[in-house]
Amino acid sequence: MTPEEISNLLRRTFGDAIEEVVLAGAHPYVVVQADRWPEVAQFLRRDRRLKFNLLRCISSLDLLPDDKLAAVYDLCAVPEATDDKPLVCPHEFAVRVVTNRGNPHIPSVADVWETANWHEREAYDLMGIVFDNHPDLRRILCPDDWQGHPLRKDYVFPKEYHGIPGTTEHELPSPRH
Amino acid sequence: MSWIDNRIEDGVIITSLDWAINWARTSSLWPVTFGLACCAIEMMATGASRFDIDRFGAGAFRPTPRQADLMIVAGTVTYKMASRLKRLYNQMPDPKYVMAMGACTVGGGPYFKHGYHVVKGVDLVVPVDVYIPGCPPRPESLLEGLMRLQDKIRHQTRAKDKVALANRDKLAPLTV
Ligand code: SF4
Repeated sequence: MTPEEISNLLRRTFGDAIEEVVLAGAHPYVVVQADRWPEVAQFLRRDRRLKFNLLRCISSLDLLPDDKLAAVYDLCAVPEATDDKPLVCPHEFAVRVVTNRGNPHIPSVADVWETANWHEREAYDLMGIVFDNHPDLRRILCPDDWQGHPLRKDYVFPKEYHGIPGTTEHELPSPRH
Repeated sequence: MSWIDNRIEDGVIITSLDWAINWARTSSLWPVTFGLACCAIEMMATGASRFDIDRFGAGAFRPTPRQADLMIVAGTVTYKMASRLKRLYNQMPDPKYVMAMGACTVGGGPYFKHGYHVVKGVDLVVPVDVYIPGCPPRPESLLEGLMRLQDKIRHQTRAKDKVALANRDKLAPLTV
C-alpha cells in the first residue's frame, strides 16, 4: 500500500486519534495521539491489509522550541521469505508520537513488537521518555546511577562521576554545536 | 670486574641483581587482553605475524589480569567502564605497568568535546607509564611505546636508599 492509502485507512479507522498526516518528503508519517497509540499499534500489526510485522527502529526527538519530545516508530512489512517471493518490503511507514517535555509519557508497545523492548529502554535512557507498561524499563546504555538523559538538547555534562573528574570545552555546561 | 676474572668456572655469569631482574621483566611483559574500541584492532595487528609483538616478549596476552604485567588500554574508556578498568588494574600483581594507547585514553580524543560519557584521559583512573598518541596509533607506534616502557623498566632498581629512589622518580612518564 502507498503511504496515502495507509494514512487514509488509519484516518477512517481511528478518526481524530490521528492528529496529523505528513506525506511530503522521503519519510511519510502520521502523528498519533499518545493515549490511543497502543490501539493503533495493534491495528498496524494485525490488520490483514497492513501487517507491519517489523519495527525497524524507534528514534526519539527533542523538539526543544515546542517544549515537546517525540518518538518515531519506523515500520515495515516483511513478507514470508520463499523462493519465488524475494524478501522486499511491500510497504513501509512511520508513526510519530508526541509528548510534552516536562512529564513525557508514551504507552509501551513492547507487547506488540518485541523489538520495542530494548528500543524503548534506549529512548528512556538517552531521552528520558517514560514508556508506560513497559515490562522492564531500566537504563540500557548508561550506568544505573547516571544523572539526566544525555541526548536532550539542554543536557548538562557531568563534571564528576564517582571521583573521576569530567571536563567540557571552555567549561561550558554542554558543548556548543 | 677484573679481580674476579678467571676465578670461577665456565658457565657462570656475574651481574647485578637489578640488571638480572630488569632483564627478566623487560623481556616478558605479558599484557592483559584488554581492547575497548577501535584501537584494539591495531593492538591485534601488532600481535599478529606482520608486526609480531612477541619479538619483544610481550605477545602472551593473558585472559586474566592476575597473570599480566602490562595493561594496554586500547580504546575509549567510558565512565561506566572506568570502574571495571580500575578493578582489573587492582587485580594485577606488582610490578604492573599501564600504556595509554590512542587519543581517547590520552585525553578523551575525538570524544573530548561531545562525549558526555568518556573519561578525559585514562590517567584520571589509573597511573599511566607510557602515552601513545594517534587515532589509532599504528602498530609501529605501539611497539615504540613498548620499547620506551622497557627502557623505563631497565632503569628500575630494588635499592631502598634515597638517592636511588630519587633517580627512579626522574623516570616519570614518557611520551613517544
Ligand atoms: S583513539 Fe581513535 S582509534 Fe583509538 S579508540 Fe579512540 S577513536 Fe578509536
